[in-house]
Parts: sequence; structure tokens; C-alpha cells
Amino acid sequence: MKILVCISNVPDTTAKINFSPDNKNFISSGVTFILNPYDEIALSKALDIATASAGTVTVIHVGDASTEPTIRKALAIGAHDAVRVNADPRDALFVASQIAACVKSDSYDLILCGRESSDHNSSSVPVMLAELLGLPCVLFAKSLTLEGNTAKMDNEIAGGKEVVSCTLPLVVCASEGMAEWKIPNMRGIMSARTKPLRVVDAVEVPVLSLITGYDKPAARSTVKLIPADAAGELFDTLRAEKKII
Amino acid sequence: MSVLVYVENQDGKFRNAAFEALSFGNAIATSLGTGMIACSIGKVSDEELKCAGKYGASVILSASPELINPQVCSGILSKAAVSEKATVVIVPASFFGKAVAPRVAVKLKAAYGDNVVELPQMSSGFIVKKGAYSGKAFEYVELLSEVKVISLVPNSFKMVEKPVEIVIKTVDATVSDPEKALKVIDTVRNTNKVSLPDAEIVVSAGRGLKGPENWGMIEELASVLGAATACSKPVSDAGWRPHSEHVGQTGIAISPNLYIAIGISGAIQHLAGVSNSKVIVVINKDPEAPFFKAADYGIVGDAFEVVPKLIEAAKKFKAAGN
Repeated sequence: MKILVCISNVPDTTAKINFSPDNKNFISSGVTFILNPYDEIALSKALDIATASAGTVTVIHVGDASTEPTIRKALAIGAHDAVRVNADPRDALFVASQIAACVKSDSYDLILCGRESSDHNSSSVPVMLAELLGLPCVLFAKSLTLEGNTAKMDNEIAGGKEVVSCTLPLVVCASEGMAEWKIPNMRGIMSARTKPLRVVDAVEVPVLSLITGYDKPAARSTVKLIPADAAGELFDTLRAEKKII
Repeated sequence: MSVLVYVENQDGKFRNAAFEALSFGNAIATSLGTGMIACSIGKVSDEELKCAGKYGASVILSASPELINPQVCSGILSKAAVSEKATVVIVPASFFGKAVAPRVAVKLKAAYGDNVVELPQMSSGFIVKKGAYSGKAFEYVELLSEVKVISLVPNSFKMVEKPVEIVIKTVDATVSDPEKALKVIDTVRNTNKVSLPDAEIVVSAGRGLKGPENWGMIEELASVLGAATACSKPVSDAGWRPHSEHVGQTGIAISPNLYIAIGISGAIQHLAGVSNSKVIVVINKDPEAPFFKAADYGIVGDAFEVVPKLIEAAKKFKAAGN
């Protein structure tokens, strides 16, 4: 079983997000970058499957050299080797096209991703990747079991879940609950330094979209306190002042 | 030219997210001086199909393929977009819609604006505003291609009725073999529960509740208000509640009209996932809880005393015809 895990390098979940004064650029200085949490679940699951089936796990990432600590973290957790496409991941189509190009030259039985990255939150790279490769994609998989050449998954849908089955190859995106996070041990961290990390050049992709600026949610006015013994007045207050109920 | 809107149904009934997408599509079509066409996939009665006319669609294309999955739906939508010369294709950013829209964009070689929260700026270029950094920020993205695909976040655009005469057209829905690989074996719905991403009101609780056995009052308050239930990360990590209820940075990001947080301190990761709620009410016995700084209304008090009062009040409020 050859498994590919697509990983993203994102600001730490506790990071405060700041932009330049003209709101045109994201300020990355002072921000710690981490392996996207959902991708880490996907990686854990890939390693579980690889252990059970004597398979291999390759991680792929699109980013410049500054993102290598995140790739090494994935190798320390247990991935066997890594590919870095040396380019700025400018949008989802660009990233998906890079990964698709690598997969076309080196096929995989299973491609695992996180259900979304915590920076752009778009959930579109895995779907576009699947579309470019002509593969099915299960985007909100809460579980994944393999029986021979067939994968079975619980996929989250509005107000519940569906049980889906699909023959390999396919793209599966991990949600919470699919696997336990793995913490790299000292041996993993040491061996990660010498595991193969191949750097490849990007393929050309047409520019269809462009980030033109950023904004932050409007600050809320100061909190209005309602005394605990008058809690029952909450709904009338919400009706009168906010007209939302 | 036209605007094409995917109207998603659940068990043959259109969802609010579909009507919101139609209302949003109609506003764009009006600005562009074009008409709006709806597209429905799956078995839906003629009576239900005609509901799209209430929100401004003059034509609804109806496809009933032998099986439904994102590949099949994206194929039908992209063919419809080509035949109707659509320049904007709108899909609700639901779980299913998110698995469909990026495929449509790739098929049409179109730019994709995901998780859009308001009408695009169309005065010069076509710029959409979308959620980013898990609720901590917004991004403005210019869509440069002639055809654009947009997914619209539920609850971010109000439904607006604009009744017009509507024509139903049945369209071909042949499924190719490669599209048949993914099969749905079973569907399990949480009965009588409001779906969290679509919910207008969300009642959420955290570690302050002390244990899963105390969730009865949260369920009851939600049920009286017609709300969905949610929880904080520590609660789902501890297995008190399912992961599907976890809202926050690594869980679901939501934008309800009203978010009631009970016994949740308000870590930055949690705030990120709920900051787009229109009104936030925080109930916590610790007056120093950081969540109060991000709330519109606060009640400093013990959840076990405050929530029963809220249930009583909500029942009276509802009984009074609200």
C-alpha cells in the first residue's frame, strides 16, 4: 500500500493574526507555523494503515524552503519520505495542480488530506486534486477502514452522517476522530533529519484568482451583563434589542 | 449570460441554504442584468421544484441521476453551466456543496471563491469576501476568469422572496462508470436535531458542565429554542460529546444569529470558530472568563442555576407566541 499525505504549513492555532497597515499583506513575523491539525490526523491514519499493510507513507507539501521544519515534523511522526514542491502556494488550484503532477508521475493507492487547512479554510485542495486525477473524494471522513481494495468511511453530512464505500484509489480527508494524534519520539526526531526529502520544481498553472486584501471581524461593543437572578429576561432583551429571536 | 444556482435538497425538500443561495444569486443576476436559473439534483416533486420561483429563478433544471455523489453532481452542474452560458455558478457551502463546487470550478476552468459571506464587489473586477484563519479574519479574493464559481456560507445572506413564474426543465443525468466508484451505503440522520452549520441558534457548553451526564439541560434548552447543540474542544476530546459538535478552530466554524455559550472560558481557538455569530451570550461563573470580552451579553453565574431559569423563560417566551 502506497499512501500519499498532503500537508499544509499553517499559523499555530493560538497565534494572533495580523496584517500590514494597508490590510494587503499577512504579517508572518512572530507567528509560529505548525503542521495543519487535520493533516496531522490524516498522517496518523496513514501510518496506522501502513503499519498494518507493510506500506509506505510519503508526505507532500507545496511551499518554500522555510516550511521544511513542518515537513521534518511529519517525518519525525513517522512518514517514510517527503516531497516539497518549491513554490509559493498561491491558491487552491495551484497547490492541487502541483500535487496532481507529482501523483501522475508516481501513483498512489490512497491519498489522505486534512478536511481543511486552518489558514484559508477552503477545503478545496483535496477536491480539486481528486477532480484533476479523475478520482472520487470523501471530504469529511470521520472514520476509514480498508478491506482489500475497498475503503469504507463515515462521512459527515448535514444533520448526520452517511456510510460510503469506494474502491481504491481515492482521496480521503480526515476529520477529528479518524485517528489519534501521534507524538514524535526521540528516535523519530533523530531519524527525520536523514529521511529523504525531495525538492521538485513547480508546474505552470494559470492564475485564476488573487488575494487582494484582508480584514478582521468587527470588534464587539462591551458586554452587557444581565444579573444571574434576572437570567429569565434574556430572551425578551434579545428580542427587544437585537431582534434575532 | 446567466447565473446558475445549485439548490440542494435533503430527502426531497430544499434546504434553507438553497433559498439563501437563490436570494444571493438573484442579487448578483440583477446587478449583471441577467436571469437566474436553478439546478436541482435528485428526486424532488414538481411542487417543491416550483419553490425556487419564489426566490427569483425563472427556470429550474431538474436532474435525477441513478446515484448521487459529488462527482455526479459536479458533472451535471458544469454541463448546465455550459448549456445555460452561466458566468456565475453558486453552490451552498454545505458539507456536500464543498465537495461539489471545487470540482465544478476545475471542470469549467473557472476561478473558485469559497466560503463567501457577502455579495461580491462588482464595480471593478469581481471581488469576493470569504472567511479565513478559522474565523480570525476575512480575505478578499479577486476572481479573474470569465466564469466564476462561488460557495456561499449558510446564514450569511438573508432569504429574500422575489416570486416569478418558473418553468421546470428535465435534464439528462447519465452517470459514467468512473463516477460510480463512490457509493452511499447508508444514511444516518440525528433525528429531531437541527444541523449545526445551518442552525440559526446554537446552544453550546464546555467543561463548566462537569460531565456528560449534565447535558440533559443543554439539550432541553436547545430543543425549546429550536437550536442546535455544540460543545468546546476539551468536551469532545474527553468523549463527553461527539466530535461533530465541536465548534472552534479545529472543529466547525459557525455563523448563527445567536450563540449561547455555557461554561466555556473562551480560548482563542474557540473564539475563532464562533466569532462570526451575530449575537453571543456567555454564561460563566468566572467573571474573569476571557469569553466575556468577546460577548454581547453576559450572565455571571453557575450554569446549574442559570440554565434551568433560561429553560423556564424560553418556554414562556415560546408559549407567548414568539
